[in-house]
Amino acid sequence: MLQIQNLIKTFTQPGGNEPLTILDIPEFSMVAGEQAALIGQSGGGKTTLLHLIAGLLLPTSGTIRIDNIELTKLSEQGRDRFRASKIGYVFQTFNLLPAFTAIENVRLGMTFGHGRIDSNRANELLDRVGLTDRAHYRPNQLSVGQQQRVAIARSLAGKPRVLLADEPTANVDPASAESVLELIRTTCKDEDIALVLVTHSMDVTNKFDRVVQLESINRALHSLTPDS
Amino acid sequence: MSLFQIAWRNFCYRSLSSALTTLSLALGVGLVVLVLSIYGLITEAFVRNASVGCNLVVGPPGSDLQLVLNSVYYLSQPVENLDYEYYMEFLDQPTRADLLARYGGDPTLGDRAGRFSSAIAGGFAIPLALGDYLGEFRLVGTTPQFFEELKHGPDVDQPFTFREGRALQTLSPEHGFHEAVLGSRVAKAQGLSVGDTFSPVHGDPDGVGHDEEFMVVGILDPTGTPNDRAAFVNLEGFYLMDKHAQPISEQEQATMLAATATYEGDQPLPIPAREVTSILIRTGSMLFGATLPNAINESKQARAAAPIGEINKLMANIVGPLLTALLGITLITCVVAAVGVLVAIYNSMNDRRRDIAVMRALGARRDTVTMIILSESLIIAVVGGVCGWLVAHLAIWGASGYIEDNTGISVHMFTMSTYELYILPLVIALALLAGFLPASSAYRTDVGSNLAA
Repeated sequence: MLQIQNLIKTFTQPGGNEPLTILDIPEFSMVAGEQAALIGQSGGGKTTLLHLIAGLLLPTSGTIRIDNIELTKLSEQGRDRFRASKIGYVFQTFNLLPAFTAIENVRLGMTFGHGRIDSNRANELLDRVGLTDRAHYRPNQLSVGQQQRVAIARSLAGKPRVLLADEPTANVDPASAESVLELIRTTCKDEDIALVLVTHSMDVTNKFDRVVQLESINRALHSLTPDS
Repeated sequence: MSLFQIAWRNFCYRSLSSALTTLSLALGVGLVVLVLSIYGLITEAFVRNASVGCNLVVGPPGSDLQLVLNSVYYLSQPVENLDYEYYMEFLDQPTRADLLARYGGDPTLGDRAGRFSSAIAGGFAIPLALGDYLGEFRLVGTTPQFFEELKHGPDVDQPFTFREGRALQTLSPEHGFHEAVLGSRVAKAQGLSVGDTFSPVHGDPDGVGHDEEFMVVGILDPTGTPNDRAAFVNLEGFYLMDKHAQPISEQEQATMLAATATYEGDQPLPIPAREVTSILIRTGSMLFGATLPNAINESKQARAAAPIGEINKLMANIVGPLLTALLGITLITCVVAAVGVLVAIYNSMNDRRRDIAVMRALGARRDTVTMIILSESLIIAVVGGVCGWLVAHLAIWGASGYIEDNTGISVHMFTMSTYELYILPLVIALALLAGFLPASSAYRTDVGSNLAA
């Protein structure tokens, strides 16, 4: 399902002469429907790894293969199409678009794929996250936990094969965090979606069968600024 | 959701900023539409006014433009006059003989046709005598021929019609030589109607009044020509007013034929005592329209001018450049408004980089986010353009009564000049151009750094 081989990502910082290697991962793989918690120190490259898997960044070298598609060989437009159809992304800060209602934010998740909006699925997803009655609320009219639920529904709208969740419970209260996490895990299980969830919380990692310590798969020793 | 829907939601979300930007563009468009409409109205008014049904105006030597302005537009002051005998040079022999018999004068005048009469055969020569006023409006002494022969309208085929009454007569059984017909604006402004009388005043609107009274026998329908602003009186009555007669030498007095036309003691002026300010000419054929002016101008006694030619020169040399400059200024206003669109959208880009990064993370291509920003520009352009156009046309519609009263041109809510068809495409092009900079900024938005921000 997800196969990473010899992945190297280097950055050259402004003013710096030498490129700095952030990630050097000889191998990492997941099967369909597998769920993994990714942990590691701040600035260790977790978000960079998610961006690479999402095709938002290109690796310096190495390969990322999802559903037998070699992501690194796609053009930028190809990666955009791939992301729209294969990847779901949940952000730490939810990143709902403020101009759109909850249901419209969910529909946005399928807007950039094949162009066909499945309204039934959007409604179903919103129902699944328990926000049918908030469908026409704007993000600023929703609580933090509700916003994250909408973000989860949006990430699943395009029927992704891989869901990337970047500390999805970091900004919500403990009670909401638990339900948000449960929602993500259950939905991924139901739809056979591979889940990579970045977290710093032991409470969260305890719920995962597979916990990946980034430092254990990353041969790069450097640490940059937080969330690099 | 279509890209346009996404753009529309963004437009609505930033409602205050969007409204202000759209308003500035609407004001720019409205201003351009108004100027174009005024441009069109002025041009049409000039064309209509120049379509006076005559192709030449003959007057005393001097400026062609002044001759046209005072004889066709009733605007500037006439300087000198022509002898009535010169006017008779445009008449055939029977007409000359008839005039001689009625008014008296040199017996030889009726023996021959006028020098230019062959050029007038099939056309007309209408004498005008100007000089006095009714209120602020010019008094025009003329003959019934004026209302019978002259036509107006875009195709110069519409005869004068009367809102009330009839045309004046040379010698009316009821009112003798003192009948008057008023242009529509004169009647309205002076509050006169058929059956009322008035006394003209000398020389200028504040001058001393004449003793003679004229009876209003007709009021013209609006024509959209300067004739709406004129008070027409019978030429014979005009001559009979105080100080309107030329002195006659004793020799002329001794040799001339006596007049036969009289009315209750009023004796028309004999031909030697008469003058005309100008003569409206329509030549029998267009060929004479080209050759007759040369023949007249060569004589040095008079000057012939083509009204349309003079007005076109006036438009081309003075009015046109002024209107073009005005149009240029308003177009600059439009460009400034378009720059406003650029600034508004560009400034909003700082707040929207994260939104753009999120859309990119959801699979939106660079082209897609670029198109969304350009669509927002398009929305501002279309909404602003349509609102500006509507507001301008509402204003024109609101002023339609005033415009019709003053120009005779009837304007409706959707009366449009051809140029207006280009405004919306132009505004859209400007707005898209203005949107290009923020759109390219959206295109270059770095996803990783903005998602992490």
